[in-house]
Amino acid sequence: MAIECLVLGAGQEVGKSCVVVSINGKRIMFDCGMHMGYTDHRRYPDFSLISKSGDFNNALSCIIITHFHLDHIGALPYFTEVCGYNGPIYMTYPTKALAPLMLEDYRKVMVGRGEEQQFTYENILDCMKKVTAVDLKQNVQVDKNLQIRAYYAGHVLGAAMFYACVEDSGMVYTGDYNMTPDRHLGAAQIDRLQLDLLITESTYATTIRDSKYAREREFLKAVHKCVDNGGKVLIPTFALGRAQELCILLDDYWERMNLKVPIYFSAGLTIQANLYYKVLINWTSQKVKDTYATRNAFDFKNVHNFDRSLLDAPGPCVLFATPGMISGGFSLEVFKHWAPCESNLITLPGYCVAGTVGHKLMSGKPTKVDLDKDTQIDVRCQIHQLSFSPHTDAKGIMDLVKFLSPKHVILVHGEKPKMDLLKGRIKSELGIECYDPANTETVSFPSTHFIKSDASNAFIRSSLAPNFKFPKDEITDMPALHVRDERVSEGILTMGKGQKVKVVHQDEVVTMVGGGKTEVEFGYCFGLNLCNLENIGEEIRVYDDESLLKILNMKLSGEFGELGLRGGLGSLEVNSFRVLVCKNDACPRRIDGDGCSESGGRVYFCCNWSILDKTIAWRVINVMKNMDSSVDL
Amino acid sequence: MKFTNLSQNKGYNLPSCHMVNLSGFHILLDCPLDLSSLTIFSPISTILHEQTFDSSSSKKILDNYNLIPFEPYYKTIERGHLWNVSLIDVVLISSPMGMLGLPFLTRTKGFSAKIYATEATTRVSEFMMKDLITMHMEYKQLYGHEENNFLQLMNWKNLEAFPFKLKEIILGKDGTELGSWMPLYSAVDMKECLQKVETLKYSEEVCYNGSLIIKAFSSGLEIGACNWSLKSPKRNISYISSSIFSSGVSMEFDFHGLIGSDVLIYSDFTSTKTNYSINSENVNNQELNDDDFLLNSDERLEEMEKLNFICSCSMDSLKAGGSVLIPIGRLGIILQLLELLSMHIDSFDLKVPIFIISSIAEELLAYTCILPEWLCNYRQDKMYSGKSVFGHEELIKEKKIHIFPTINSRELLMMWQEPCIVVCPHWSLRLGPVVHLLHRWHGDPNSLLVLEEGIDTDFALSPFKPIAMKVLECSFLSGIRLEKVPQLLKMLQPKQILLPDYTKPLFEPLNKSLSCLFYTEAETIRLPNSNKLSELHIATNLASQLTFSKLKNNELTMSRLTGDLYVEHGKHYLVEEKRSTGLEIGPLVHWGRVDLGSLLVGLEKIGVKGLMEYGSNVVNVVEPVKGLIEVKETSVVISIGDESLASRISDVVYGLLNGV
Ligand SMILES: [Zn+2]
Ligand SMILES: [Zn+2]
Ligand SMILES: [Zn+2]
Repeated sequence: MAIECLVLGAGQEVGKSCVVVSINGKRIMFDCGMHMGYTDHRRYPDFSLISKSGDFNNALSCIIITHFHLDHIGALPYFTEVCGYNGPIYMTYPTKALAPLMLEDYRKVMVGRGEEQQFTYENILDCMKKVTAVDLKQNVQVDKNLQIRAYYAGHVLGAAMFYACVEDSGMVYTGDYNMTPDRHLGAAQIDRLQLDLLITESTYATTIRDSKYAREREFLKAVHKCVDNGGKVLIPTFALGRAQELCILLDDYWERMNLKVPIYFSAGLTIQANLYYKVLINWTSQKVKDTYATRNAFDFKNVHNFDRSLLDAPGPCVLFATPGMISGGFSLEVFKHWAPCESNLITLPGYCVAGTVGHKLMSGKPTKVDLDKDTQIDVRCQIHQLSFSPHTDAKGIMDLVKFLSPKHVILVHGEKPKMDLLKGRIKSELGIECYDPANTETVSFPSTHFIKSDASNAFIRSSLAPNFKFPKDEITDMPALHVRDERVSEGILTMGKGQKVKVVHQDEVVTMVGGGKTEVEFGYCFGLNLCNLENIGEEIRVYDDESLLKILNMKLSGEFGELGLRGGLGSLEVNSFRVLVCKNDACPRRIDGDGCSESGGRVYFCCNWSILDKTIAWRVINVMKNMDSSVDL
Repeated sequence: MKFTNLSQNKGYNLPSCHMVNLSGFHILLDCPLDLSSLTIFSPISTILHEQTFDSSSSKKILDNYNLIPFEPYYKTIERGHLWNVSLIDVVLISSPMGMLGLPFLTRTKGFSAKIYATEATTRVSEFMMKDLITMHMEYKQLYGHEENNFLQLMNWKNLEAFPFKLKEIILGKDGTELGSWMPLYSAVDMKECLQKVETLKYSEEVCYNGSLIIKAFSSGLEIGACNWSLKSPKRNISYISSSIFSSGVSMEFDFHGLIGSDVLIYSDFTSTKTNYSINSENVNNQELNDDDFLLNSDERLEEMEKLNFICSCSMDSLKAGGSVLIPIGRLGIILQLLELLSMHIDSFDLKVPIFIISSIAEELLAYTCILPEWLCNYRQDKMYSGKSVFGHEELIKEKKIHIFPTINSRELLMMWQEPCIVVCPHWSLRLGPVVHLLHRWHGDPNSLLVLEEGIDTDFALSPFKPIAMKVLECSFLSGIRLEKVPQLLKMLQPKQILLPDYTKPLFEPLNKSLSCLFYTEAETIRLPNSNKLSELHIATNLASQLTFSKLKNNELTMSRLTGDLYVEHGKHYLVEEKRSTGLEIGPLVHWGRVDLGSLLVGLEKIGVKGLMEYGSNVVNVVEPVKGLIEVKETSVVISIGDESLASRISDVVYGLLNGV
């Protein structure tokens, strides 16, 4: 069995995230995004690579969407309503609630730009009806063999990393995530899992960021300065995510500084989005969550709806307008009006896709921006680039990879040169196989597979009780999951024809084969002349068996002290080796010598032992033979 | 596995309580509080009205209504003495009501169990406990500090003088329950209890002690309420508490995770009053699609019908100038009732306010607006379409519903108008605002009291007599309808079902198709140890390193194992050793018979000459040295005075045996 990973989008780029993973025969599409930088066929993943015939229902087991950003969900209505995919789709509750707003916003921008619309509003609604919403940590059985589970990813409301497992093979697809909490969201969280594959975003593959509070202050200061001077602030954002984060920031600042300058949201869209944020407040950070009963943090006090007539009205204001990156729509319209004035301020997100006005503004300090062949806008306003981003930095990615320690890592959603550097680090520092395939490339490797075998109670009992060992994980102090034992070798794996493999304890094998255990033992009966011994044992005058053995024990203990020679009733023992005084003149094991005990101090010793102790046995016998008085000392 | 039913299901407010011993773990299922026993105490305000000490200063133990005028004690799980608190490993809480008795347990010395409950159950239960504690405090404050406590008064002399009803509640039917009465836990007890709870989402998997896998699945009874699936390496158990297939509020009953267990503990029988008999045909002729049959909207329609009936009765009272008192604590019911009541009020164009009086109502209602993940599809769809999940959100903004923490709130006094509708917690009509309002309205024939079935209404209302106001008793669905049970059981395909004994007449006829065992309160059922084998997962790379030997005259192949064994998430894994010992282990166990003829041939090959003694099992070795080989039933003894020869001969013998 194998894992095959076909990258349809976000391979060595940011945009149209879409990875199709075949894992032990199941095929999952992770994300179904669109690329903001293109208006031709390149905007969507090349779905024909999934199925030549276009029978996507049989080609895919399910689709998983990580969050509502268009580069992760933008192509979904097209794929379901136009391409005809009808199978299961999973996303978190907030993503399901908020995605239609994002998609509709984008559709309107497309229509507004005079492009041919790829899907209708009805298409969006029909598409969303096919979606099954999931909660974090909930186990969802997609079919008999495929199980998925969502983990908190930070980034935006409802963003999730997804774990998927088929039989013994597991993988995680992160989507976009943030390893540090922000104003309204918590940090990504995941369990330690046994993984064959981790597919992670790598937007900031080489950036290490410090505290964001300084940069938040910078942003607030820039906005404050602008409105103090009577300027207008344009904050182009998408309706969801960044808008709410910045709004919490501003609303809070306005309260503290007692500012009266109006803050507007363009269109009712963001206001409506705030309603969803209020209901889904459980998906925000703990701090925001705790406010629900007294004052829901998404009940913004200083925020009003923007009316188009205010566009050229005098006086300062702050306006949130969609779409972000100024790729069209209302934010572009406002940009045209406000950019030429020096007192105004435009804030730009940390990342803008190539081809957008936002991207043009970011590169250098342009004084003019060409919108199209005929339109040119003078840019005299100030530009403030937001340097905080809801993506993890390089340290966060490394931490996650190290924490999960998968067998393979695939990097997506990043820029090629930076990804290469990160790939090198993952290979060299963590010793993990790492790839950064381009779009339409496939990466494959074998999947983990365990052979299932029944295990008898006797085996499990003998190897698990009572010799537990709980190795502690030094790095994370995670709960000890592993219980180890060294008595595995008492286990026997058996395979009968047409039967399931079974592991039993060695003692059970004999009964299994319907016979009894047969031991191979050794015996030896030999005589010694013990005149010397007589001399040594001054006080012991009688040839009494017990006293003989006592003397023998004394002599042998000198040599074999470490073996733990034990005196038994009329015998000496070490492990299975046992020696006693033999009185039976017809003893069959009395092989050498004359076969009868005579006066004159010849005493016979009968020994027996099992094969495990053959070395010890012969050592003891040889020492005893050396005591024979007929041997020259 | 052992199973003990500690107390049987007595409806929504008093779910059942069981102890299960599975793979050596002691698991307590639910820890409810018998609130109906509160009825033996005088309601809060009668104490003020009444002279508790008569002029001769001798203490009166009962008030004029034959109730006990002291600070209430609370009755915890009966038969608590059957188990030792320190032995409990796991506590599973299925519903908010199943948690009300938990602080009693967690404050007990020696308690160290892990507690699991869903997030929503924990929060809703926290609200209920908070309210109970607040209401109890109010009682205490008004009544002042009484030297004697309830238990001290319960001596035999006093008890003898009590009316039968009181005695029965205090001592239980078998007269042994005096010990289960406790003074209420404190807010600190509650807080410490809640800190010990590990909260879960529906179908989140947790693993206790590496081997017990626990999952909660929606039961549909209430927001957050659940059934359980327990998987141990040897046995899978499903536990069904009170469940509702589809309600208008909480998430639908999710039975998929409960399918195919070894043992199904079925504890949901609240509706056995229905005269319905099950026959086997009923089970077998069911041709409907299972999901359709079980999850059709019958239950929801029935629920709506009842709620609408309450509303129309309420409207009649309001129109006649009377007020409506609804002391019901069931969250799901209240949420729907609020929506329906305001619709009815609007449709009759009445200007009647709805007052909610409860110390926790404001927070609780706000909480219900932020848990769409725990609600039924109908409510979730409302959320997706951008509407409020529950009507109360708008109704509060529109000032049609007013919330007050206590009946003494200044704002309430200022707004107060009659007729009105008051919704408040019931607390068996002994604590909280309901008592004051009953005193106010009990004599008004136009007013209406809406009660939930489940307590002894006559007894509960006794201190408010005479009652002129109308009393409407409603029974809301709190369990699976009996006629759906056989179909459900058949679909869940358990190998064994544990059912309460009183259902025996219903289920015994089905024993052919379903293997049923019937449990009795306080009796332990022992199920024989399962002979199911554990599964060992062997890493493929390890398996490929094993050396297999095929046995002579046998179709079996065998190999001795190597590797590291560990347990994770209830599964046994064998993987390649981290640090290989590198020691080659030869066969350690041998079996089979040694044939003397073959032995002689074998010996000859290594240059040993032996002679067989006829009629015996002995080979005499004659060359190169003298020796003896005895072939016995379970052993072969080689007696040779030469170490290396002995060893070579043993190799020959092993060659004739099977070994691993
Ligand atoms: Zn994103
Ligand atoms: Zn992205
Ligand atoms: Zn002998």
